[in-house]
Amino acid sequence: MTTATGTLPRSASLIQDFLDVDRIRDDFPILHHPVRGGRALVYLDNAATTQKPRQVIDRIVRYYSEENSNVHRGVHYLSEVATDAYEKARTTVKRFIGASDEKEIVFTRGTTEGINLVAQSWGRKNVGAGDEILITAIEHHSNIVPWQLLCEEKGARLRVAPVNDSGELVLEEFARLLTPRTKLVAFGHASNALGTINPIRKMIGLAHAAGAVVLIDGAQGVPHLHIDVRDLDCDFYAFSGHKVYGPTGTGVLYGKEAILDAMPPWQGGGDMILSVSFEKTTYNALPYKFEAGTPNIEGVVGLAAALDYVSAIGIDAIATHEQDLLHYATKRLLAVEGVRIIGTAAEKASVISFVLEGVHPHDIGTILDQEGIAIRTGHHCAQPLMMRFNVPATARASFAMYNTREEADALIVGLQKVMELFR
Amino acid sequence: MTEQLRELYQQVILDHNRNPRNFHELEHATKKVDGYNPLCGDHYTIYVEIDGNTIKDIGFTGNGCAISKASASVMSATLKGSTIAEARQLFDVFHKLVTGEPGSLSTAELGRLAAFSGVSEFPARVKCASLPWHTLNSAIEGDKETVSTE
Ligand SMILES: Cc1ncc(COP(=O)(O)O)c(C=O)c1O
Repeated sequence: MTTATGTLPRSASLIQDFLDVDRIRDDFPILHHPVRGGRALVYLDNAATTQKPRQVIDRIVRYYSEENSNVHRGVHYLSEVATDAYEKARTTVKRFIGASDEKEIVFTRGTTEGINLVAQSWGRKNVGAGDEILITAIEHHSNIVPWQLLCEEKGARLRVAPVNDSGELVLEEFARLLTPRTKLVAFGHASNALGTINPIRKMIGLAHAAGAVVLIDGAQGVPHLHIDVRDLDCDFYAFSGHKVYGPTGTGVLYGKEAILDAMPPWQGGGDMILSVSFEKTTYNALPYKFEAGTPNIEGVVGLAAALDYVSAIGIDAIATHEQDLLHYATKRLLAVEGVRIIGTAAEKASVISFVLEGVHPHDIGTILDQEGIAIRTGHHCAQPLMMRFNVPATARASFAMYNTREEADALIVGLQKVMELFR
Repeated sequence: MTEQLRELYQQVILDHNRNPRNFHELEHATKKVDGYNPLCGDHYTIYVEIDGNTIKDIGFTGNGCAISKASASVMSATLKGSTIAEARQLFDVFHKLVTGEPGSLSTAELGRLAAFSGVSEFPARVKCASLPWHTLNSAIEGDKETVSTE
Protein backbone atom coordinates (compact mmCIF):
# COMPACT_ATOMS: atom_id res chain seq x y z
CA MET A 1 0.00 0.00 0.00
CA THR A 2 2.58 2.54 1.06
CA THR A 3 5.59 3.24 -1.07
CA ALA A 4 8.87 4.82 -0.25
CA THR A 5 8.60 7.55 -2.85
CA GLY A 6 6.04 9.48 -0.88
CA THR A 7 3.20 9.28 -3.40
CA LEU A 8 0.31 6.91 -3.18
CA PRO A 9 -1.16 5.29 -6.27
CA ARG A 10 -4.24 7.12 -7.40
CA SER A 11 -7.39 5.35 -8.55
CA ALA A 12 -9.68 6.46 -11.33
CA SER A 13 -12.31 7.48 -8.82
CA LEU A 14 -10.93 10.94 -8.37
CA ILE A 15 -10.99 11.87 -12.02
CA GLN A 16 -14.42 13.46 -11.73
CA ASP A 17 -13.27 15.38 -8.71
CA PHE A 18 -13.28 19.16 -8.76
CA LEU A 19 -9.69 19.38 -7.64
CA ASP A 20 -6.53 18.36 -9.35
CA VAL A 21 -5.28 16.65 -6.20
CA ASP A 22 -2.05 15.50 -7.84
CA ARG A 23 -1.11 19.04 -8.67
CA ILE A 24 -2.10 20.24 -5.23
CA ARG A 25 0.01 17.52 -3.63
CA ASP A 26 2.95 18.66 -5.73
CA ASP A 27 2.67 22.04 -4.02
CA PHE A 28 3.21 20.54 -0.56
CA PRO A 29 6.85 19.45 -0.15
CA ILE A 30 6.27 17.69 3.16
CA LEU A 31 3.82 15.23 1.59
CA HIS A 32 6.75 13.84 -0.41
CA HIS A 33 9.08 13.59 2.52
CA PRO A 34 9.12 10.02 3.83
CA VAL A 35 8.55 9.29 7.51
CA ARG A 36 9.33 6.36 9.82
CA GLY A 37 12.05 4.75 7.78
CA GLY A 38 10.90 5.47 4.27
CA ARG A 39 7.14 5.32 4.47
CA ALA A 40 4.89 7.68 2.57
CA LEU A 41 3.28 10.17 4.88
CA VAL A 42 -0.49 9.87 5.20
CA TYR A 43 -1.27 13.08 7.00
CA LEU A 44 -4.73 12.97 8.56
CA ASP A 45 -4.19 15.42 11.40
CA ASN A 46 -5.28 18.53 9.59
CA ALA A 47 -7.62 19.75 12.29
CA ALA A 48 -4.54 20.15 14.49
CA THR A 49 -2.57 21.96 11.83
CA THR A 50 -2.38 21.86 8.05
CA GLN A 51 0.74 21.44 5.95
CA LYS A 52 2.08 24.43 4.02
CA PRO A 53 2.27 24.78 0.25
CA ARG A 54 5.49 25.88 -1.45
CA GLN A 55 3.80 29.20 -2.22
CA VAL A 56 3.69 29.99 1.50
CA ILE A 57 7.18 28.69 2.27
CA ASP A 58 8.64 30.59 -0.70
CA ARG A 59 6.85 33.75 0.31
CA ILE A 60 8.45 33.65 3.75
CA VAL A 61 11.87 32.97 2.24
CA ARG A 62 11.38 35.91 -0.13
CA TYR A 63 10.34 38.12 2.77
CA TYR A 64 13.56 37.39 4.63
CA SER A 65 15.70 37.45 1.50
CA GLU A 66 14.42 40.72 0.09
CA GLU A 67 12.03 42.60 2.35
CA ASN A 68 12.84 42.10 6.02
CA SER A 69 12.55 45.18 8.20
CA ASN A 70 10.40 46.41 11.05
CA VAL A 71 6.99 47.77 10.11
CA HIS A 72 5.39 51.18 10.72
CA ARG A 73 8.67 52.59 12.04
CA GLY A 74 11.33 53.48 9.55
CA VAL A 75 11.66 55.97 6.76
CA HIS A 76 14.00 53.73 4.85
CA TYR A 77 13.27 51.63 1.81
CA LEU A 78 12.98 48.22 3.44
CA SER A 79 10.73 49.48 6.16
CA GLU A 80 8.41 50.75 3.48
CA VAL A 81 8.49 47.44 1.62
CA ALA A 82 7.82 45.42 4.77
CA THR A 83 5.04 47.74 5.93
CA ASP A 84 3.47 47.55 2.52
CA ALA A 85 3.57 43.73 2.50
CA TYR A 86 2.16 43.59 6.03
CA GLU A 87 -0.70 45.97 5.26
CA LYS A 88 -1.46 44.31 1.93
CA ALA A 89 -1.87 41.09 3.89
CA ARG A 90 -4.53 42.84 5.95
CA THR A 91 -6.38 43.70 2.76
CA THR A 92 -6.11 40.08 1.62
CA VAL A 93 -7.65 38.91 4.89
CA LYS A 94 -10.35 41.56 4.72
CA ARG A 95 -11.40 40.37 1.26
CA PHE A 96 -11.12 36.71 2.21
CA ILE A 97 -13.64 36.98 5.03
CA GLY A 98 -15.77 39.74 3.56
CA ALA A 99 -15.03 42.45 6.16
CA SER A 100 -15.86 46.08 5.39
CA ASP A 101 -12.58 47.67 6.29
CA GLU A 102 -8.95 46.91 7.12
CA LYS A 103 -9.56 48.51 10.52
CA GLU A 104 -11.63 45.48 11.42
CA ILE A 105 -8.74 43.05 10.91
CA VAL A 106 -6.50 42.59 13.96
CA PHE A 107 -3.54 40.26 13.56
CA THR A 108 -3.03 37.89 16.49
CA ARG A 109 -0.99 34.81 17.33
CA GLY A 110 -4.00 32.62 16.67
CA THR A 111 -7.58 31.87 17.61
CA THR A 112 -6.67 31.54 21.27
CA GLU A 113 -5.19 35.01 21.43
CA GLY A 114 -8.15 36.52 19.54
CA ILE A 115 -10.64 35.06 22.01
CA ASN A 116 -8.56 36.16 25.00
CA LEU A 117 -8.33 39.65 23.53
CA VAL A 118 -12.11 39.90 23.36
CA ALA A 119 -12.55 38.41 26.84
CA GLN A 120 -10.02 40.75 28.42
CA SER A 121 -10.84 43.94 26.54
CA TRP A 122 -14.50 43.81 25.57
CA GLY A 123 -15.41 41.44 28.37
CA ARG A 124 -13.84 43.35 31.24
CA LYS A 125 -15.54 46.51 30.12
CA ASN A 126 -18.97 45.11 29.37
CA VAL A 127 -19.53 42.11 31.62
CA GLY A 128 -20.48 42.58 35.25
CA ALA A 129 -21.75 40.70 38.28
CA GLY A 130 -24.84 38.65 37.51
CA ASP A 131 -24.32 38.82 33.74
CA GLU A 132 -24.13 35.67 31.68
CA ILE A 133 -21.94 34.36 28.88
CA LEU A 134 -23.31 31.56 26.76
CA ILE A 135 -21.17 28.95 25.03
CA THR A 136 -21.93 25.46 23.74
CA ALA A 137 -20.94 21.95 24.78
CA ILE A 138 -18.63 21.40 21.80
CA GLU A 139 -16.20 24.22 22.49
CA HIS A 140 -12.43 23.91 22.38
CA HIS A 141 -10.76 24.76 25.69
CA SER A 142 -9.67 28.06 24.17
CA ASN A 143 -13.32 29.07 23.86
CA ILE A 144 -14.10 27.98 27.42
CA VAL A 145 -11.26 29.02 29.70
CA PRO A 146 -11.00 32.73 28.71
CA TRP A 147 -14.70 33.09 29.57
CA GLN A 148 -14.29 31.20 32.83
CA LEU A 149 -11.49 33.57 33.82
CA LEU A 150 -13.65 36.56 32.97
CA CYS A 151 -16.69 35.18 34.81
CA GLU A 152 -14.57 34.44 37.86
CA GLU A 153 -13.17 37.94 37.91
CA LYS A 154 -16.52 39.65 37.37
CA GLY A 155 -18.89 37.39 39.24
CA ALA A 156 -20.63 36.55 35.99
CA ARG A 157 -22.03 33.17 35.05
CA LEU A 158 -20.99 30.83 32.23
CA ARG A 159 -23.90 28.95 30.67
CA VAL A 160 -23.49 25.99 28.31
CA ALA A 161 -25.94 25.02 25.59
CA PRO A 162 -26.13 21.22 25.23
CA VAL A 163 -25.69 18.95 22.21
CA ASN A 164 -27.70 15.87 21.32
CA ASP A 165 -26.26 12.37 20.90
CA SER A 166 -25.20 13.16 17.34
CA GLY A 167 -23.16 16.09 18.57
CA GLU A 168 -25.57 18.70 17.18
CA LEU A 169 -26.51 21.77 19.14
CA VAL A 170 -29.99 21.60 20.70
CA LEU A 171 -31.16 24.87 19.23
CA GLU A 172 -34.25 25.17 21.46
CA GLU A 173 -32.07 24.90 24.55
CA PHE A 174 -29.66 27.43 23.11
CA ALA A 175 -32.59 29.81 22.55
CA ARG A 176 -33.92 29.14 26.03
CA LEU A 177 -30.56 29.97 27.61
CA LEU A 178 -30.52 33.40 25.98
CA THR A 179 -31.83 35.90 28.51
CA PRO A 180 -31.59 39.64 29.06
CA ARG A 181 -28.57 38.85 31.25
CA THR A 182 -26.70 37.25 28.35
CA LYS A 183 -23.99 39.71 27.39
CA LEU A 184 -22.00 37.60 25.01
CA VAL A 185 -22.47 34.35 23.11
CA ALA A 186 -19.39 32.47 21.89
CA PHE A 187 -19.38 29.31 19.78
CA GLY A 188 -17.36 27.38 17.30
CA HIS A 189 -18.16 27.57 13.61
CA ALA A 190 -17.23 23.89 13.45
CA SER A 191 -16.05 21.47 16.13
CA ASN A 192 -12.45 20.26 16.00
CA ALA A 193 -13.36 17.21 18.07
CA LEU A 194 -16.50 15.99 16.29
CA GLY A 195 -16.65 17.93 13.04
CA THR A 196 -20.15 19.28 13.76
CA ILE A 197 -20.88 22.46 11.80
CA ASN A 198 -23.03 24.76 13.90
CA PRO A 199 -26.07 26.53 12.40
CA ILE A 200 -24.28 29.79 13.04
CA ARG A 201 -26.58 32.02 11.03
CA LYS A 202 -29.56 31.00 13.15
CA MET A 203 -27.51 31.21 16.33
CA ILE A 204 -26.29 34.72 15.51
CA GLY A 205 -29.84 35.82 14.78
CA LEU A 206 -31.14 34.43 18.07
CA ALA A 207 -28.28 35.92 20.07
CA HIS A 208 -28.72 39.34 18.51
CA ALA A 209 -32.45 39.23 19.10
CA ALA A 210 -31.62 38.72 22.77
CA GLY A 211 -29.29 41.71 22.70
CA ALA A 212 -26.04 39.75 23.04
CA VAL A 213 -22.76 40.25 21.23
CA VAL A 214 -21.56 37.24 19.22
CA LEU A 215 -18.05 35.80 18.89
CA ILE A 216 -17.38 32.94 16.53
CA ASP A 217 -14.42 30.64 17.01
CA GLY A 218 -13.64 30.09 13.36
CA ALA A 219 -10.53 27.93 13.80
CA GLN A 220 -12.30 25.04 12.06
CA GLY A 221 -14.54 27.23 9.90
CA VAL A 222 -12.11 29.14 7.71
CA PRO A 223 -10.26 26.06 6.38
CA HIS A 224 -13.46 24.42 5.13
CA LEU A 225 -16.23 26.96 4.63
CA HIS A 226 -16.85 30.14 2.73
CA ILE A 227 -16.86 33.03 5.20
CA ASP A 228 -18.57 36.37 4.80
CA VAL A 229 -18.59 38.14 8.13
CA ARG A 230 -20.81 40.95 6.90
CA ASP A 231 -23.39 38.55 5.61
CA LEU A 232 -23.18 36.49 8.83
CA ASP A 233 -23.45 39.68 10.87
CA CYS A 234 -21.28 38.26 13.67
CA ASP A 235 -19.58 40.79 15.94
CA PHE A 236 -16.29 38.93 16.28
CA TYR A 237 -14.74 36.12 14.27
CA ALA A 238 -11.42 34.60 15.31
CA PHE A 239 -9.29 32.12 13.40
CA SER A 240 -5.76 30.68 13.16
CA GLY A 241 -3.48 30.94 10.14
CA HIS A 242 -1.85 27.57 10.69
CA LYS A 243 -5.10 25.65 10.23
CA VAL A 244 -5.65 27.18 6.81
CA TYR A 245 -2.25 26.33 5.25
CA GLY A 246 -0.52 29.39 6.74
CA PRO A 247 2.31 29.73 9.26
CA THR A 248 1.99 28.99 12.96
CA GLY A 249 1.86 31.98 15.26
CA THR A 250 -0.53 33.87 13.03
CA GLY A 251 -4.20 34.54 13.46
CA VAL A 252 -6.92 37.04 12.84
CA LEU A 253 -9.50 38.63 15.01
CA TYR A 254 -12.24 40.27 13.01
CA GLY A 255 -14.43 42.71 14.92
CA LYS A 256 -17.07 45.17 13.80
CA GLU A 257 -15.46 48.59 13.67
CA ALA A 258 -17.82 50.32 16.10
CA ILE A 259 -17.35 47.58 18.68
CA LEU A 260 -13.55 47.45 18.34
CA ASP A 261 -13.42 51.22 18.50
CA ALA A 262 -15.20 51.33 21.85
CA MET A 263 -12.93 48.67 23.36
CA PRO A 264 -9.98 49.58 25.59
CA PRO A 265 -6.50 48.43 24.50
CA TRP A 266 -5.45 45.00 25.59
CA GLN A 267 -1.69 45.04 25.73
CA GLY A 268 0.45 48.14 25.94
CA GLY A 269 3.63 48.84 24.02
CA GLY A 270 5.02 50.15 20.79
CA ASP A 271 2.81 50.55 17.70
CA MET A 272 -0.39 50.75 19.70
CA ILE A 273 0.13 54.36 20.77
CA LEU A 274 -0.11 57.78 19.14
CA SER A 275 1.79 59.64 21.81
CA VAL A 276 3.20 58.73 25.17
CA SER A 277 4.09 60.92 28.08
CA PHE A 278 4.40 59.84 31.68
CA GLU A 279 1.16 61.65 32.41
CA LYS A 280 -0.96 60.44 29.52
CA THR A 281 -0.82 58.12 26.56
CA THR A 282 -3.04 58.49 23.51
CA TYR A 283 -3.84 55.21 21.80
CA ASN A 284 -3.41 54.57 18.14
CA ALA A 285 -6.31 54.10 15.75
CA LEU A 286 -7.77 50.74 14.77
CA PRO A 287 -6.49 48.15 14.23
CA TYR A 288 -3.08 49.19 15.63
CA LYS A 289 -4.58 49.82 19.05
CA PHE A 290 -4.69 46.04 19.41
CA GLU A 291 -1.31 45.24 17.88
CA ALA A 292 1.25 46.16 20.51
CA GLY A 293 4.87 45.44 19.72
CA THR A 294 6.61 44.17 16.62
CA PRO A 295 4.19 41.77 14.98
CA ASN A 296 4.84 38.42 13.31
CA ILE A 297 5.52 40.09 9.96
CA GLU A 298 6.90 37.03 8.24
CA GLY A 299 3.91 35.04 9.44
CA VAL A 300 1.32 37.56 8.35
CA VAL A 301 2.89 37.81 4.91
CA GLY A 302 2.87 34.00 4.73
CA LEU A 303 -0.75 33.91 5.86
CA ALA A 304 -1.73 36.18 2.98
CA ALA A 305 0.04 33.79 0.60
CA ALA A 306 -1.93 30.90 2.13
CA LEU A 307 -5.27 32.69 1.71
CA ASP A 308 -4.33 33.57 -1.88
CA TYR A 309 -3.54 29.90 -2.45
CA VAL A 310 -6.91 28.81 -1.06
CA SER A 311 -8.71 31.47 -3.09
CA ALA A 312 -7.01 30.39 -6.30
CA ILE A 313 -8.18 26.81 -5.81
CA GLY A 314 -11.57 27.89 -4.51
CA ILE A 315 -13.01 27.15 -1.10
CA ASP A 316 -16.10 25.56 -2.66
CA ALA A 317 -14.02 23.11 -4.68
CA ILE A 318 -12.01 22.34 -1.54
CA ALA A 319 -15.19 21.78 0.44
CA THR A 320 -16.62 19.46 -2.21
CA HIS A 321 -13.46 17.39 -2.23
CA GLU A 322 -13.28 17.23 1.57
CA GLN A 323 -16.93 16.24 1.82
CA ASP A 324 -16.31 13.41 -0.62
CA LEU A 325 -13.45 12.20 1.59
CA LEU A 326 -15.58 12.59 4.72
CA HIS A 327 -18.40 10.46 3.35
CA TYR A 328 -16.09 7.89 1.79
CA ALA A 329 -13.99 7.47 4.94
CA THR A 330 -17.06 7.39 7.18
CA LYS A 331 -18.58 4.61 5.12
CA ARG A 332 -15.38 2.58 5.13
CA LEU A 333 -14.81 3.11 8.86
CA LEU A 334 -18.31 1.98 9.75
CA ALA A 335 -17.61 -1.26 7.92
CA VAL A 336 -14.74 -2.03 10.32
CA GLU A 337 -15.91 -4.23 13.16
CA GLY A 338 -15.89 -2.51 16.53
CA VAL A 339 -15.63 1.05 15.21
CA ARG A 340 -17.99 3.64 16.64
CA ILE A 341 -17.98 7.17 15.28
CA ILE A 342 -18.40 9.90 17.87
CA GLY A 343 -20.15 12.83 16.25
CA THR A 344 -22.68 11.98 13.58
CA ALA A 345 -24.16 15.39 12.87
CA ALA A 346 -25.87 15.90 9.53
CA GLU A 347 -23.57 18.85 8.79
CA LYS A 348 -19.92 18.04 9.39
CA ALA A 349 -16.54 19.36 8.41
CA SER A 350 -14.06 16.69 7.27
CA VAL A 351 -13.30 15.46 10.78
CA ILE A 352 -14.01 11.93 12.01
CA SER A 353 -13.65 11.06 15.67
CA PHE A 354 -13.93 7.38 16.46
CA VAL A 355 -13.29 4.71 19.03
CA LEU A 356 -12.43 1.07 18.47
CA GLU A 357 -13.84 -1.44 20.89
CA GLY A 358 -11.23 -2.86 23.22
CA VAL A 359 -8.40 -0.66 21.97
CA HIS A 360 -7.41 2.65 23.48
CA PRO A 361 -7.03 5.51 20.95
CA HIS A 362 -3.43 6.04 22.06
CA ASP A 363 -2.52 2.52 20.94
CA ILE A 364 -4.31 3.07 17.63
CA GLY A 365 -2.26 6.22 17.13
CA THR A 366 1.06 4.50 17.78
CA ILE A 367 0.31 1.57 15.48
CA LEU A 368 -0.94 3.79 12.63
CA ASP A 369 2.11 5.99 13.07
CA GLN A 370 4.33 3.01 12.32
CA GLU A 371 2.56 2.85 8.96
CA GLY A 372 3.27 6.51 8.34
CA ILE A 373 -0.32 7.50 9.12
CA ALA A 374 -0.66 10.59 11.30
CA ILE A 375 -3.88 10.92 13.26
CA ARG A 376 -4.67 12.66 16.52
CA THR A 377 -5.61 10.78 19.65
CA GLY A 378 -6.73 12.16 22.98
CA HIS A 379 -9.35 14.58 24.20
CA HIS A 380 -8.74 17.18 21.46
CA CYS A 381 -8.74 20.05 23.96
CA ALA A 382 -12.43 19.42 24.53
CA GLN A 383 -12.60 17.48 27.79
CA PRO A 384 -16.17 18.50 28.69
CA LEU A 385 -17.28 17.19 25.31
CA MET A 386 -15.48 13.86 25.85
CA MET A 387 -17.32 13.58 29.16
CA ARG A 388 -20.61 14.29 27.41
CA PHE A 389 -19.99 11.29 25.15
CA ASN A 390 -18.60 9.22 27.96
CA VAL A 391 -15.27 8.47 26.29
CA PRO A 392 -11.91 9.33 27.84
CA ALA A 393 -10.43 9.97 24.42
CA THR A 394 -11.00 9.34 20.73
CA ALA A 395 -8.94 8.76 17.62
CA ARG A 396 -9.47 11.50 15.05
CA ALA A 397 -8.81 11.57 11.34
CA SER A 398 -9.22 14.97 9.72
CA PHE A 399 -8.93 15.61 6.00
CA ALA A 400 -7.65 18.53 3.95
CA MET A 401 -7.64 19.45 0.29
CA TYR A 402 -4.54 17.35 -0.47
CA ASN A 403 -5.88 14.10 1.00
CA THR A 404 -7.13 11.26 -1.19
CA ARG A 405 -9.49 8.32 -1.00
CA GLU A 406 -6.39 6.12 -1.15
CA GLU A 407 -5.23 7.68 2.10
CA ALA A 408 -8.60 6.89 3.65
CA ASP A 409 -8.05 3.31 2.44
CA ALA A 410 -4.62 3.30 4.10
CA LEU A 411 -6.29 4.29 7.35
CA ILE A 412 -8.63 1.32 7.10
CA VAL A 413 -5.76 -1.07 6.37
CA GLY A 414 -3.93 0.37 9.36
CA LEU A 415 -6.95 -0.18 11.59
CA GLN A 416 -7.14 -3.77 10.44
CA LYS A 417 -3.57 -4.19 11.66
CA VAL A 418 -4.58 -2.70 14.99
CA MET A 419 -7.39 -5.23 15.24
CA GLU A 420 -5.06 -8.10 14.38
CA LEU A 421 -2.70 -7.15 17.16
CA PHE A 422 -5.36 -6.64 19.77
CA ARG A 423 -7.73 -9.43 18.86
CA MET B 1 3.63 -5.06 11.54
CA THR B 2 7.05 -3.58 12.20
CA GLU B 3 9.61 -5.23 14.46
CA GLN B 4 9.47 -2.20 16.76
CA LEU B 5 5.72 -2.57 17.20
CA ARG B 6 6.12 -6.22 18.12
CA GLU B 7 8.74 -5.20 20.64
CA LEU B 8 6.35 -2.62 22.09
CA TYR B 9 3.24 -4.76 22.20
CA GLN B 10 4.78 -7.94 23.57
CA GLN B 11 2.50 -10.80 24.58
CA VAL B 12 2.91 -10.01 28.26
CA ILE B 13 1.63 -6.48 27.65
CA LEU B 14 -1.30 -7.57 25.50
CA ASP B 15 -2.20 -10.19 28.08
CA HIS B 16 -2.04 -7.85 31.06
CA ASN B 17 -4.03 -5.26 29.09
CA ARG B 18 -6.75 -7.79 28.35
CA ASN B 19 -6.76 -9.32 31.82
CA PRO B 20 -5.30 -6.80 34.22
CA ARG B 21 -4.23 -8.26 37.58
CA ASN B 22 -5.26 -6.62 40.85
CA PHE B 23 -7.66 -4.42 38.90
CA HIS B 24 -9.84 -3.40 41.81
CA GLU B 25 -10.02 -1.09 44.80
CA LEU B 26 -8.47 -2.20 48.07
CA GLU B 27 -10.73 -2.32 51.06
CA HIS B 28 -7.88 -1.96 53.53
CA ALA B 29 -5.80 0.52 51.58
CA THR B 30 -3.54 2.65 53.73
CA LYS B 31 -2.95 5.03 50.85
CA LYS B 32 -4.68 5.89 47.60
CA VAL B 33 -3.18 8.14 44.90
CA ASP B 34 -4.53 9.36 41.54
CA GLY B 35 -2.22 9.40 38.55
CA TYR B 36 -3.13 11.42 35.53
CA ASN B 37 -1.66 12.00 32.08
CA PRO B 38 -3.37 15.14 30.79
CA LEU B 39 -1.92 14.64 27.33
CA CYS B 40 -3.88 11.50 26.54
CA GLY B 41 -6.36 11.35 29.39
CA ASP B 42 -4.92 8.22 31.06
CA HIS B 43 -6.18 8.13 34.60
CA TYR B 44 -5.50 5.56 37.31
CA THR B 45 -6.04 5.28 41.02
CA ILE B 46 -3.50 3.15 42.82
CA TYR B 47 -4.31 1.63 46.20
CA VAL B 48 -1.67 0.24 48.54
CA GLU B 49 -1.83 -1.46 51.84
CA ILE B 50 1.45 -0.89 53.61
CA ASP B 51 2.29 -2.77 56.78
CA GLY B 52 5.50 -1.55 58.35
CA ASN B 53 8.08 -1.91 55.60
CA THR B 54 6.07 -4.25 53.42
CA ILE B 55 3.64 -3.60 50.58
CA LYS B 56 1.04 -6.11 51.64
CA ASP B 57 -1.35 -5.48 48.81
CA ILE B 58 -1.76 -3.32 45.69
CA GLY B 59 -4.83 -2.67 43.59
CA PHE B 60 -5.68 -0.22 40.85
CA THR B 61 -8.65 1.14 38.96
CA GLY B 62 -8.91 3.49 36.01
CA ASN B 63 -8.57 3.80 32.33
CA GLY B 64 -5.89 4.26 29.73
CA CYS B 65 -3.93 2.75 26.88
CA ALA B 66 -2.60 -0.80 26.75
CA ILE B 67 0.89 0.28 27.80
CA SER B 68 -0.23 2.12 30.92
CA LYS B 69 -2.75 -0.51 31.94
CA ALA B 70 -0.31 -3.38 31.46
CA SER B 71 2.32 -1.40 33.34
CA ALA B 72 -0.01 -0.91 36.31
CA SER B 73 -0.95 -4.57 36.22
CA VAL B 74 2.61 -5.91 35.99
CA MET B 75 3.73 -3.47 38.65
CA SER B 76 1.05 -4.61 41.05
CA ALA B 77 1.83 -8.27 40.48
CA THR B 78 5.56 -7.68 40.85
CA LEU B 79 5.50 -5.54 43.96
CA LYS B 80 2.83 -7.29 45.96
CA GLY B 81 4.56 -8.59 49.06
CA SER B 82 7.85 -6.82 48.47
CA THR B 83 9.50 -4.38 50.84
CA ILE B 84 9.49 -0.64 50.30
CA ALA B 85 13.24 -0.73 49.70
CA GLU B 86 12.75 -3.32 46.95
CA ALA B 87 9.97 -1.26 45.40
CA ARG B 88 12.20 1.83 45.32
CA GLN B 89 14.92 -0.16 43.66
CA LEU B 90 12.56 -1.59 41.02
CA PHE B 91 11.12 1.86 40.38
CA ASP B 92 14.63 2.92 39.45
CA VAL B 93 15.20 -0.20 37.34
CA PHE B 94 11.92 0.31 35.49
CA HIS B 95 12.63 3.97 34.84
CA LYS B 96 16.00 3.11 33.29
CA LEU B 97 14.41 0.34 31.24
CA VAL B 98 11.72 2.49 29.61
CA THR B 99 13.96 5.47 29.01
CA GLY B 100 16.65 3.30 27.43
CA GLU B 101 19.32 3.96 30.02
CA PRO B 102 21.65 1.07 30.68
CA GLY B 103 20.49 -0.84 33.77
CA SER B 104 22.19 -3.23 36.10
CA LEU B 105 19.76 -6.14 35.75
CA SER B 106 19.79 -8.81 33.05
CA THR B 107 16.66 -9.73 31.11
CA ALA B 108 16.27 -12.82 33.29
CA GLU B 109 16.52 -10.75 36.45
CA LEU B 110 13.98 -8.27 35.07
CA GLY B 111 11.41 -11.03 34.71
CA ARG B 112 8.02 -9.73 33.61
CA LEU B 113 9.31 -6.16 33.58
CA ALA B 114 11.43 -7.05 30.55
CA ALA B 115 8.24 -6.89 28.49
CA PHE B 116 8.56 -3.10 28.65
CA SER B 117 11.98 -3.02 27.00
CA GLY B 118 10.41 -1.93 23.68
CA VAL B 119 8.95 1.24 25.16
CA SER B 120 12.22 3.18 24.98
CA GLU B 121 11.95 3.18 21.18
CA PHE B 122 8.69 5.14 21.48
CA PRO B 123 9.43 8.42 23.27
CA ALA B 124 5.75 9.41 23.15
CA ARG B 125 4.85 6.29 25.15
CA VAL B 126 7.42 6.45 27.96
CA LYS B 127 5.01 8.44 30.10
CA CYS B 128 2.30 5.83 29.58
CA ALA B 129 4.54 3.12 30.98
CA SER B 130 5.87 5.16 33.85
CA LEU B 131 2.61 6.77 35.03
CA PRO B 132 1.58 3.87 37.33
CA TRP B 133 5.08 3.68 38.81
CA HIS B 134 5.21 7.40 39.51
CA THR B 135 1.82 7.15 41.10
CA LEU B 136 2.86 4.27 43.29
CA ASN B 137 6.08 6.00 44.19
CA SER B 138 4.07 8.92 45.43
CA ALA B 139 1.85 6.57 47.46
CA ILE B 140 4.93 5.07 49.10
CA GLU B 141 6.69 8.36 49.71
CA GLY B 142 3.36 9.70 50.89
CA ASP B 143 3.74 13.27 49.70
CA LYS B 144 0.93 13.76 47.19
CA GLU B 145 -2.58 12.65 46.39
CA THR B 146 -2.47 13.38 42.69
CA VAL B 147 0.35 12.78 40.25
CA SER B 148 0.49 14.25 36.80
CA THR B 149 2.92 13.44 34.02
CA GLU B 150 3.02 17.05 32.83
C1 LIG C 1 -12.20 24.84 17.35
C2 LIG C 1 -10.87 25.38 17.78
N1 LIG C 1 -10.82 26.52 18.49
C3 LIG C 1 -9.66 27.04 18.88
C4 LIG C 1 -8.46 26.46 18.61
C5 LIG C 1 -7.19 27.08 19.10
O1 LIG C 1 -6.41 27.50 18.03
P1 LIG C 1 -4.92 27.98 18.26
O2 LIG C 1 -4.25 26.92 19.10
O3 LIG C 1 -4.36 28.06 16.89
O4 LIG C 1 -4.98 29.29 18.95
C6 LIG C 1 -8.46 25.27 17.89
C7 LIG C 1 -7.18 24.58 17.60
O5 LIG C 1 -6.95 23.45 17.96
C8 LIG C 1 -9.68 24.73 17.45
O6 LIG C 1 -9.72 23.59 16.74
